[in-house]
This record gives sequence, C-alpha cells and structure tokens, in this order.
Amino acid sequence: MWDHEIRAMASTHAIIAASVFMATVLPAALVRGFSVYSTHLLWLYSVSGAVTVVSIAVFWLLGITPPTKKHTVGYKLSRLFRSCLYFFLSCLFFHAVVVLYGAPLIECALDTFSLAVLLTSLTTLRCLCVLGPNVQAWIRVFSRHGAMSVWDTCLQITVACTLVGAWVGAFPIPLDWDRPWQVWPVSCSLGATIGFLTGLVAAPAWIHYHRKQLTYKCK
Amino acid sequence: MKRLPVLWLLLWICAVYSVGIYLFVGGFLLVRLEVNRTSTCGDVLQPGEEPADFCRVRPRFRRAVLLIIDALKIDFAWFDPDNAAPRPYENKLPVLEETVASRPAHSRLYPFRADPPTTTMQRIKGFTTGSLPTFVDVGNNFASSAILEDNLIHQFGQDLHTVDNGILQHLYTTMVGDDWDVLVAHFLGVDHCGHRFGPDHPAMADKLTQMDGVIRSVIDRLQNDTLLVVMGDHGMTDTGDHGGESQKETDAAIFLYSPSPLFSSPPSQSEPDVVPQTDLVPTLALLLGVPIPYSSVGQVLLPVFPPHGQTEGAVGGLSQLEALWINAKQVNRFLETYSGMAKDIPPESLSQLKAEFSRLSSEYLATVQQGRPPPPQLAASLQAYLTSVRDTCRATWARFNPLKMAAGLVILALACLACLVLSELSDVLLREDGPGLRGPVVAALAAAVCAAAAQLRSRGHVEAVWCLAAAAFSSELLFLWRARRCGTAGGEKSGPGGAGWPTLRRLLAPHLLVPLLRCASLLSDSYVIAEGRAVTFLVFSLALYIPIRLNWDGLLLPPSHDPLKAAGILPPPALAPSTVRKEGFTLLACLGLLVGVLYLSLSFHACREEQGACQPSPFLSPLSRLQDSRLKNLHYVLSVCALALWTYLLRRFLRHYGNLNAASGAVFAARWVLPLLSVCLALYWAVSATPEDSFRNLAQLIVLAQRVLPRAAFCLVALGLSLIWLDPLTVFTKTRAAASTRSPPPPPPARYRASTGISPEAELHHLIPQIYQRMRRSLDDGELSRGAEEAGRPAVEAYGLGTVYTAPLLLLCGLLGVGLLLLHPEGMALSFLLLMLEMGALLHIHASSSTLSGPHAACAGGFNVPWTTVVLWSLAATQFFHATGHLPTFPSIQWGAAFVGFPDGHTGTVLPASLVTLNTFASHILFSVACPLLLFWPLVCEVRGGRAGRAGGEEGEDAVMEMRLRENPRQFSSALLQLSTRYLFILGAQVFASVCAAAILRRHLMVWKVFAPKLMFEASGFLVSSASLLIGVTLVLRVDVAVGRWFKRLIPDASR
Ligand SMILES: [Zn+2]
Ligand SMILES: [Zn+2]
Repeated sequence: MWDHEIRAMASTHAIIAASVFMATVLPAALVRGFSVYSTHLLWLYSVSGAVTVVSIAVFWLLGITPPTKKHTVGYKLSRLFRSCLYFFLSCLFFHAVVVLYGAPLIECALDTFSLAVLLTSLTTLRCLCVLGPNVQAWIRVFSRHGAMSVWDTCLQITVACTLVGAWVGAFPIPLDWDRPWQVWPVSCSLGATIGFLTGLVAAPAWIHYHRKQLTYKCK
Repeated sequence: MKRLPVLWLLLWICAVYSVGIYLFVGGFLLVRLEVNRTSTCGDVLQPGEEPADFCRVRPRFRRAVLLIIDALKIDFAWFDPDNAAPRPYENKLPVLEETVASRPAHSRLYPFRADPPTTTMQRIKGFTTGSLPTFVDVGNNFASSAILEDNLIHQFGQDLHTVDNGILQHLYTTMVGDDWDVLVAHFLGVDHCGHRFGPDHPAMADKLTQMDGVIRSVIDRLQNDTLLVVMGDHGMTDTGDHGGESQKETDAAIFLYSPSPLFSSPPSQSEPDVVPQTDLVPTLALLLGVPIPYSSVGQVLLPVFPPHGQTEGAVGGLSQLEALWINAKQVNRFLETYSGMAKDIPPESLSQLKAEFSRLSSEYLATVQQGRPPPPQLAASLQAYLTSVRDTCRATWARFNPLKMAAGLVILALACLACLVLSELSDVLLREDGPGLRGPVVAALAAAVCAAAAQLRSRGHVEAVWCLAAAAFSSELLFLWRARRCGTAGGEKSGPGGAGWPTLRRLLAPHLLVPLLRCASLLSDSYVIAEGRAVTFLVFSLALYIPIRLNWDGLLLPPSHDPLKAAGILPPPALAPSTVRKEGFTLLACLGLLVGVLYLSLSFHACREEQGACQPSPFLSPLSRLQDSRLKNLHYVLSVCALALWTYLLRRFLRHYGNLNAASGAVFAARWVLPLLSVCLALYWAVSATPEDSFRNLAQLIVLAQRVLPRAAFCLVALGLSLIWLDPLTVFTKTRAAASTRSPPPPPPARYRASTGISPEAELHHLIPQIYQRMRRSLDDGELSRGAEEAGRPAVEAYGLGTVYTAPLLLLCGLLGVGLLLLHPEGMALSFLLLMLEMGALLHIHASSSTLSGPHAACAGGFNVPWTTVVLWSLAATQFFHATGHLPTFPSIQWGAAFVGFPDGHTGTVLPASLVTLNTFASHILFSVACPLLLFWPLVCEVRGGRAGRAGGEEGEDAVMEMRLRENPRQFSSALLQLSTRYLFILGAQVFASVCAAAILRRHLMVWKVFAPKLMFEASGFLVSSASLLIGVTLVLRVDVAVGRWFKRLIPDASR
C-alpha cells in the first residue's frame, strides 16, 4: 500500500547519494590537487554542503515537512531562524560529544568541528527536514513506537547508520598502519559518510521488506 | 539466605580460573633459576690443581668490538659470485666473503644458532630490561666502558636509518679513543626493515649495503690487539618476523676478524657447521682473558685456539686443550651449583655427567703431570662432555611448553563457560535440590589422585601442575554436565527466555558487543598500547547506550499527551510522570557527571615508551620532586581538598541514611578512624613534600614523621577494617518510650503478642516493616516523636536499617581507598576522587535506569543486575588502572610504593611485594570490593522515588530498601551470586583474551614488549580482583549474619 511512498523515498535517496558522489567527483575536476585525504576538509564541506542543499530542496519539493500551523511571514521567519539555530547548536553538541570521546581538545579543533558539521548535515538536518525544529519530536521519533510515518522510520535508520558509521570509523585510528585515512578525522568522516550511504540504501529496502509489520496509526 | 553455598561456588570458580592461569603461564614463561653468582679471576675451579684458572695467561686480545646486527640471517651473509640475479637480501655483504677469502687466518664466517637457554634468559630478563640480556651481560662482565645499546628497539613509524646513523656517529668517535675494552654496537635497521617490509624488499638491499659499508670502515679502523665480532642475534622468517623456533629464525651469522692472525689452521674438515649462540661468551672470555660467566653452559670455539704444542708460536694464550679444560671445569661448577639449587635436571643424567667429568679430569691431570702429549681423543671427549651438558640443560629448559599452554587455555575457556552458566543459572544452582559442589570437588580429588598415580607409573615423579590441571578439568566438566541437566530442567519450568544460543542479533547488543570489542582489542598491540583511551571510549559508548536504549523503549521521558495513548498502542504507564521526570533527570545528570569524570580522568595517564608524542600527567610526580614552590603548594592544596571531599562525601552518605548513630565498631570507624586517617595522610604528604634543607633544626623530626605517619596510617586502616569486620552493623535501635531513660523496653503492644506462636519468620515479616516505617518517618521529618496516632505501632525505631548492607561495604571501600592512596603519589588524590565520583555516577545511573525500566523488566525477585552495568563496572576498573598512572608494562610499576613508611628499605620481600601489588591494582581492588554495591544501590535509591512512585496497590506496609533482600533470602543469594559471577566472567574473558593473544602471537615482534607483560598484568589483576571480590561478598555475608542475630535479639525483646 506504500509502494508510492517507498518509490518516492528510493528516488529521493538516489538523488542524495548522487549528490554525495558529485560532491566528491566535481571538485576533483575543478580544484587542482583535490583528494579525499589530502584536502580532507574541502571534501568534507563539499559533501555536507551538497547534502544540505539537496536534502532541503528535495524534502521541500516533496512536502514532507509538517505543515506549519500559521502562515504569517513572521512565523515562517522564526521557524527558519530556529532551524538555523538548531543546526548550529547541533554542530556544537556533536563537537562536544566527539571531544568527550577522546578527540584532541585544542590542536585539531577545526577538524573536529568540521566533523561535527558533517554529522549535523547528515543527521540533524534530516530531522529538521522531516520533523521541523521541534526537539521533542526528534526525541520521540527515536523510540520504538515513535515513528508515525514511513519517513520517520527512514529517519531512524539513516541517523542510526550514520552515527554507527562514525563510531566505527574511530576504530582504525590507534592502529600503527600509517595510512592516510587514519589521520583524524578522515576515518570518522568517511565512516559517517559510508554509514549514511548505507542507511540511504538500507532504509527503503528495510521498509519494503517489513511493510507488512509496519503500522502507523495516526498520520 | 544461603551464605556458604554462594561462597563455595565463588571460591571454586576462582580456583579453577587460577589453575588455568597458572598452567598457561607455567608453559609460556619458562622460569629457570638464576644463579646469582659471578666469576672472578681468583676463582679456583675443582679439581683445583692449578692456582687460578681464569686470567692465568696473557690474553690474546686486549679489546673487542661487537657489532650486533639485529636479525642478521645467515642467508644475508653468504656470498655467491655465481648468482646472476640476486634477490634483494642476497649478496649484499660482500665484505665478509672477501675478507674470509683473502685473509683466511684472520677471519671466519659461521652460522650462529640461537640457543634455548639464551632465549629463555632473554625472555625472563627481557621483561625487566627489554634489551638483549646476553650481550648486556657480556658487556657487564667485561667491565666495558662504552656500550652503545640502543633502547629504541622495534620502534615503528621511525625512519629506518635514523636509529643506526645515531649509533654510527658514536661508534667511530669512540673507536678512535683508547678508553674502552669492549664496544658493543647494536644495529636495529635490518630487523626493523624485516618486520616492516620483509626480507625480499629493495629496502633490505639498501640496509644490508649500508651495513656492508659499516663493517668495512670498522675493519679499517681496527688495531692489532682488537677482535671484531659481527653477528646477528637471530634470523627471520620469509615474512620478516622472528621469535619462533624454525631454522630460518634461529640461524643468524657470526663473523670473526682480527688484524692479527686469529686462526692457526686454514679452514678444514674439523670446522663446526654451526656455532651455538652460547659458545660466544666463553670464547670471548678466554680470548680477552676474563673469567667465563658463572652460568654459561657454552663451549669454547676451538678453531680460534692453537692446537697443543703450537702455543709458543702464537701471540700467547691457551691451547685448545687448556681452553677446553677450563671450560669443562667451569661448566661442571655451574652444574653443581645449579643442581644444588634447582631440582629440574633429571638425577640419572646428572650423575652420568658427574661420572664423565671425574673420569675426564683424572685422565687430563694424569696427562699433564706426566708431561706427555695428550691423547687426541681427550679433546674430543671434553667436547662431547660439554655438548652433553648443554643438551641436558636445553632439554630441561626447553622453550614454550605447548602442552601446558593448551591445557591452560582449555581450562580457562571452560572456566569462563562455567562462570557464564553459573551466572545464568544462579537461581537453580542454589536451590535445595540443585547440584551442589560436592560432585565436582570429589571428581577433582579423584582426578588429581589418578593423575598423580599415572605420573608416578610412567615417569617416576609427580608434577603437581598436572594434578591440578586434571582436578580443575574434571570438576569443570562434571559441573557443566550437571548444570546442563538441571538447566534444561529449570528452563522447561520457567519457559522461554532462558539462556539460549547466542545469535548474531544477541551478539550485536551493545552489552555483549562492548566486551567482545574489549577482548578483541587485547589481540592487537596497537590497542594494548592505547588501552587507556580505548577503554574510556568503550565506557563512554556503553554509558551513552543506556539513555538511548531507555528512550527507544519509551521509558526515559514521561509519556506525553499525544494520540498514541488514546490509540492504546502504549501500555498504561507504570510510573507516575513526576517520578519518571525525576529519575530521567537524575540519570541524565549522572551521565553528565560520568562523562565529565571520564574526560578528566584522561589527564592522569602515564605514557608508554611506544607512544611517541605523549606527555605523562604532571600529577604523577611526587610533590618532593616539584621545583616551583607555588605549583607545589597548589598541588598540595588540591590533593588535600580531594582527600577531604572523599572523606566528607562518605560520611555525608552515611549520615544521610542514618548510619552514624549506633555505637558499633563500624560507626566508630566511620566517625573517628576515617577522619584521623585522612589527617594522617595529609600530614604525611606535607612532611614528605618538605625539602630537607628548609627546616634544619626539624630535620630529625621530619625523618621520624616520614617513618611514623604512614605506619600509623597503615595501623588505622587495619584497625578500621577489623572494626568493620567484627561489628559491621550500623543500625541504631531505640525504643520510643525509653528514648531518654535507659530502662528496659516497655511491654510490647498487643499486636505483637498475638504472633508469638507463629514461626520466627512470620514475626519477621511483621516486625521489619514496622521498624522501618518508623525509621523512615523520623528520618524524613527529622522529628523523633511523632503524634499519638502511632501508639498502636511497636515502640522500636531503627536507624540505618535500610542501608544496613551498603554502609559497611561503602565504609570498607572508603578506608581501603585512603589506604591505597597512601601508596600513590600525592596528585593521585584527585584521580581517586574522580574514581569515587564515577562509582557514584555509575551506581546512580544503574539505580535510575532500573527504576525506569523496573516494572517492564519485571524479573523474579527483581534484584538482577543487568549485564550493561556489570560491563561498565569492570571496564571502569581498567579505566582507572590507567587513570591512576599505571600501565601494563614492567618499567611503569611504581616501585616507590614499597618505601612508603619504610624509607630505609625492607629485609624481606613479602611486604614490599604486597605494597607494590596493592599500589598497582588499587583500582581493581576498589571496584571489585565495591561490586556488591550494584546489587544494593537501586534499593538504597528507592526512597527517592517517594511512595507515589512505587508500584501502587500495596498498602505501604511493604518492606523497603535493603530489607527487601532480607525478606527474599533466596533471591538475595542468587542475585549476589549472579552479580559476582557476571563480574568474574567479564574479568575472566579478558584474561582469556590476553592468554589467547600471547599464545597466538608468540612469534609476534611485540610479544615480549606488549603481549606478555599485558598477560601478566591481566592475570595478576584478575587474581587480585577475584580476591577483593571475595572480600566484598564475604563482608556482605558477614553483615547478613549480624543482621540475623540482631533480629533474633530484637524479637524476644519485643515479644516478651
Ligand atoms: Zn633481535
Ligand atoms: Zn625483531
């Protein structure tokens, strides 16, 4: 019965994944000396920018974001402002979490913050797009009975995959292999991106195979 | 409550683990007794016909240069001119072959085989020095003035050439001078290159070519009285590793050269095929005219000594036969000393060797006295004698004992399994009809006797290790078999949900995934090196998982008024929203505290030598070493504040729960001993930080105080511990009417008289709630006499009954903590405070999460401590092992702990060893002793929830806090057993993982630097932890006994 929605989701995800791909390939053609390892921050910002822009555009076009109750310009502006604020706060939050996980506090602050920006654009931004600037709804979504639509379930899966990817990405750092991708924060941001891409693939597939069990009472 | 069965089961499982560890370690680290004697020139060797044996004649050489090229395989040294397409490692050292061909009397190249005694010695000594002991010994023996030992052994990530280049500069400048006897240069580049790229790599060609140049330039600089030895300490496999026993690894090269003629005859048939490594030391000794080291079992290399009768022509020195004779006498002396000390050489071969020596000596002496030329076979028989001694020793001190290692592994694996089974079936196993320990113990005894008999029959003597192994193995098997039988029986009764086979899904659950990752990390040297941070990472991950999981189950936040409720998807909430909000807040606040503590604890780490860019914590150095006096004062103030906070928090807790009122030993300890101990410690820090020259007239006093204060603190700790043990109850009882007078209690109210006829248990059921209600009321309101509406209640008030188990345990930890802090540098007080805060945070997180999920995870009894918490607890122990400045390496042991209170040293070894052990495993001890707190804490925190929070419907007469345990003795004992076995299982799994690491990676380059020390620390940490856990559990059981007595005393009082 949700074939339509699943198809929409799959195509959305394909577009986002393509944007990640393009964000990796295009700068390589435009900027000299661009590579994922050596100019890592550039790649990172290019990916997070692309994902941000494409996600906002796609979700806005699809009209998944919950409709605003009031239609005044002032309300819309305050919503926009709150979204930006939450985006920034989420960057700070991820930065703090990453530092507490053992990232250097001062030396690589810019790298750590860039990783936080990437994580925010892969996770929080999606929450903003799907649920609007409503932290309580975000917390509610991440519970067993909290998903109220296919998009909520999809959000759960992609966010979990991204965060687990970033977490797993920290594992190779202590190894003494001397590879370029072991440098902080390359492995973590790669892990997050790979996790995100996995989530993009896994979410429609999982929903497709479990569509019988999924019941959303209210929407 | 079943006290003894719990204790016996725990003791049994600990014993089985220990047997496994003992077996493995016995097979892995072959310990041979070291003969701590040195040879001197004046030694008279038996039979003492000559006045002195060593240093008798003028030495052939005055000086020697030893170039040790690490991992110089014999294949690298050969030169094959016909080889048209040499591999990267072939034909790269042409200087050796050229010299041998052009000056045959001056030089020789042999394969050089690493020998078991050497390797064993390397293994044992490698622990303490981390260097190549044999060669350092050589250096020491020769009183060399310049040893260019490089201790950057096997540093990864280093440029291949920097290490060697550093040596080269020194080497050439030193060689020019004249102030040295023996010069040892140890080049690591070849070994390094092998490990990194393997031998078959262009880098190896470069490296060997560089070594060729080095040898050439050293040869050019040699003087006539100098001997050059170029040698490798071992070979390497095709992958570039070593440490094993294959010929590729053992066969190195040795090249001897001297500008003056060294060999009397050209290379002939009588040349040895292979020179064992042990032979170098006696040969060098006799060539340089110094005594052969006492414990050497090598034989001299004959070709470098002139045959009999040609000595006059040579520069001087010994003939072949004389050299052999001295060598044989020295080996015989060692054999006699050694066999007097250790009994591991089989007696029959020992007597055979002795007979052979006396035959040879009489023959030799007869020859010398008669002055006739020695029979040619005499030298051969002397050689044969030396060889047979060496072979006997080699057989005795063999390498790894794979059989013992395998047996240890199996026993450890089974012990882990038994521990897991014990924790899953703790309820069934403690039942009346459950399988006791009698069967396994009988089986163990029988198996031990059988093993002893079998050994006696087959070998003639009994090795106790194998009896232990048989006992442990059979008891484990029997236990598992019986547990399986009753487990299936019990599983059918209780239905599904019991312990099933782990599926992938279950393994991926974080509370199993994290210990799995932890165990896997022990198999990688990088992770062992970065263990401190890795464990912190895991603790943080698992702690974050708790609220995420609760939120996933919808338990973290109070259910909001959204349509979900109306739709009836969610079950009706079991907890009031206010309680949920409060507990959720507590949980998040404690999580914040935990995270903060975790982060701060990272700043107390020490540094391993493998960690390049690492600064050890400034708090690790004792105050007396700080130069800046302001910094010193700051550190001192901080430490004292931390200590005061530690004491204050502890007393604050006890007072809050009414445990400071009674007149018992434990309360005395809390009120007086603990503060006094802290004052003692603070004074001691002040005294030990005082520079000796600042108060000249007080110097005597300071020295005295440095001795007296710590000893007083030790005595106080001992006093406090014994008080807690003797009188652990912290319950203050008083009858309401008799609050002011000391008259006997008034006649009990009628309500109780009715119950006299019933069994004591029934009375208990009534009495406890009443007492407790009274107690809580007076605590809550702070007023002791409440209105007259309580007149019908029994007139007994008991303070501190709700925390009757927790209080003594906490007090024990507090006292122990201060005692252990005494053994640490002052700055570690902050770390100890963090440790206490982390314990508190973990306990509160556990309590809150079990309250929040309580009604949902309604297990029978409800006292079960979930795996997540236990895993966190055990990881925290490891985390604070690092955060108190310890590392799993031998050089990082804080030896200073042995001198606290004993600044002049000790006479025995037991006391310093135990002080150092206490210092090293302080965090293990504290966390293990405090482990039973996990069981009590949710009950202690229950009162916070308020009456509204508890499951409604009951009439408030319910037993509360720890009296619940008293009411459900069966669940209490099974929960206690389960908690302890879960903790032991996680510790045991870590030991098993590091044992596996040592067994699998015994050829790894880092084995003696990383894995073997890690194994030793993990194993000793396990032993210390299990002993401490037993102490904690025993204290709980002791309190239980005391509580039982207390009730017995109370009931006759109340119902008289
Ligand atoms: Zn070596
Ligand atoms: Zn090596």
